[in-house]
Amino acid sequence: MTLTDASVPALARHVRLRFDAARNCHVLLAPERVIMPDAIAVAILECCDGAATIGAIADALATRYAAPRDAVLTDCLDMLNDLAGKGMVTA
Amino acid sequence: MTKLEPPLAMLMELTHRCPLKCPYCSNPLALDRARDELDTATWKRVISEAASLGVLQVHFSGGEPMVRNDLPDLVRHARAEGLYTNLITSAVLLNASRMAVLAEAGLDHVQISFQGAEQKIADHVAGFRDAHAKKLAAVRRVREAGLALTLNAVMHRQNLRQLTEMIGLAVEVGAQRIEIAHVQYYGWALKNRAALIPTRAQLAEATAIVEAARTRLAGKLTIDYVVPDYYASRPKACMGGWARRFFNITPSGKMLPCHAAESLTHLIFERVTERGVADIWASSPAFEAYRGTAWMAPPCQGCARAEIDWGGCRCQALALAGDAAATDPACGLSPHHEAMVALAEAESAAGIEEFAYRMIS
Repeated sequence: MTLTDASVPALARHVRLRFDAARNCHVLLAPERVIMPDAIAVAILECCDGAATIGAIADALATRYAAPRDAVLTDCLDMLNDLAGKGMVTA
Repeated sequence: MTKLEPPLAMLMELTHRCPLKCPYCSNPLALDRARDELDTATWKRVISEAASLGVLQVHFSGGEPMVRNDLPDLVRHARAEGLYTNLITSAVLLNASRMAVLAEAGLDHVQISFQGAEQKIADHVAGFRDAHAKKLAAVRRVREAGLALTLNAVMHRQNLRQLTEMIGLAVEVGAQRIEIAHVQYYGWALKNRAALIPTRAQLAEATAIVEAARTRLAGKLTIDYVVPDYYASRPKACMGGWARRFFNITPSGKMLPCHAAESLTHLIFERVTERGVADIWASSPAFEAYRGTAWMAPPCQGCARAEIDWGGCRCQALALAGDAAATDPACGLSPHHEAMVALAEAESAAGIEEFAYRMIS
């Protein structure tokens, strides 16, 4: 499975994203896995609500951070494809 | 000395009671009795203290954790503390109503052990009639409840021929993950090593099967693979380093850096009933004994891999090299390595099949 800008991503049901006060960062929790996503990844993951397409997420983030849309889309696709390969994101 | 980081995970051995008798059980040979188990209030306090310390994942284990009637209460409490909750179970007690209660309590993930891919070998290894059939029913309940599912395939000489079928079973039941773990030789497994340890050829074949399956099932099934390090050239980073990422609480409340650590009888492991979890983590002499690299002697001291494998396993060093501070004999640089390999080769070819089943003596 390869995600495209038309895919609608969501965190897999068994995956949780939350802020961890002890480490002062966000953590992504899955079976026997802990990932500490960076600020860009957190911004993307917080948009993955199972309704927005990756294209729409890139539009929103490009506007919010006044960043080039193509670069934002590439970041989204790279990160979400990586997590989809690990079974942590579904589409 | 680098700053002490908070632990990632806590393994809670709620009980040592278990209906199964697996001869490689990771519990110690001297099992805790029911009357010595921590009560519900103490376990809840431990969970809260662990969450405050920075623990992110809790594993409810045993023995068989489902023999404790307070398991749903503890799961609910852990979820309220923001923890990721994992149940490690034989699943023989996981009927429909108990599955529903645990799902409602907020359980995230269930890990079910399989002793084989079909009833005959599986029930023989578990020492429990109909264990395999009960597990097959339970995995379907986990999937129907919508929880994440891992199959724990515990592999050894007497069931390795079923490895391909075990992976097939994980796919068939819709597991997200399979943990293919060759038996690690501590506790009961050390006692039963001659009946369990694979030949070098069997191990090579198993590793090839795993690698092919990882390619074939990428994105569909996560495969974690733990090899028996008797045939390795470098040791595994046991527990990710002693007292570095993980701790374990025994049924009676001893806090350990690893579930096998009680075999290190020269260390005194403190109890969570006497001292707080954070204090034990930070400054218990048993936790500090092998933390970091300062305790190491050559060839570990100064080795480029010192902070990769952290010297390997302390329990294995004591068991096979006679010194808990020695380099793990799994390392090719250990003076005990050749003897370890010779032992594995001899025992795996000796034809010993009989198990000493786990039991409370």
